[in-house]
Amino acid sequence: MNRVIMIAALGLAATAAVPAMAADVVDERLAAYQAEGAGPFDAKKGKAMWTQQFTHAKADKPRSCATCHTDDPRAQGKHAKTGKAIKPLAPSANPERLTEVREIEKWFMRNCKWTVGRKCTAQEKGNLLSYLRDL
Amino acid sequence: MKLKAIPLTALAVCILGANSVLADDDWGWSRRAPDVAPVKNELYQSECGSCHFAYQPGLLPAASWEKLMGGLADHFGENAELFEDTRKTLTVYLVTNAADNVDGYRRSAKILRSLNGERPLRITETPYIRYKHNEIPPRVIRNNKDVRSLSNCAACHTRADTGSYAEREIDIPGIGRWEDD
Repeated sequence: MNRVIMIAALGLAATAAVPAMAADVVDERLAAYQAEGAGPFDAKKGKAMWTQQFTHAKADKPRSCATCHTDDPRAQGKHAKTGKAIKPLAPSANPERLTEVREIEKWFMRNCKWTVGRKCTAQEKGNLLSYLRDL
Repeated sequence: MKLKAIPLTALAVCILGANSVLADDDWGWSRRAPDVAPVKNELYQSECGSCHFAYQPGLLPAASWEKLMGGLADHFGENAELFEDTRKTLTVYLVTNAADNVDGYRRSAKILRSLNGERPLRITETPYIRYKHNEIPPRVIRNNKDVRSLSNCAACHTRADTGSYAEREIDIPGIGRWEDD
């Protein structure tokens, strides 16, 4: 009986858990990139990369983060192909962003390849996350 | 009192229900099940639905989904890679609910029959879907800035997210209702 109550209480605690804060998750990511040899990270370089135009073999015209997310990561974006709305990426405009490590790394994996034509380096990811966090 | 109420209720049900019970473009009655099974998988909805309409698994056969999920690095020109565990989970979901693995969904059955053994990657390349849209002029889809592509189901099919593609539910941006002549 006690065990049942304990399990129920644990379940409740899990559902009531405070959602992760973007700042904490970004800190964790930055530490992980540092462990890979990157850093220090520079939000200004992240900002510059945000609008940098990349040309690569698979793209018929230059691409940037801003192609879909607009020049301002606090604004709503639009998928370049499907036109589907993209919620703001900056945590200051959308607190759900940058709160899950897997989501962060999945989107870096996909979108760096789409935009830059290759994986982003740990340094680039750290710069971009620093920029987005500080907006 | 009770005897009177029953026929009246029945009559009201008939009148109110006729519009929604009669299938729109076939002559069948009491189409209770949606055209295709609705998506009830949150992981699928969030992973695939973040970039595009979360197409119901019943719109393609299992072999199409397997092929598609094996090539996410080039997903119609986009990179849609997933972590391997997510990819596997979603492939199982898609295959289990594919057109050839579900029963009782009218449009899934029609898509499957039209394929004649073909297993295309695109829903818009299935003969049934092509046939259903083949008389639509460019201004309605291709040149309509709020639609652009036949793959943008929910732009016109207002209840597409529930698995319902009835003709009476069509509302084309800038044009409105659509009736086949």
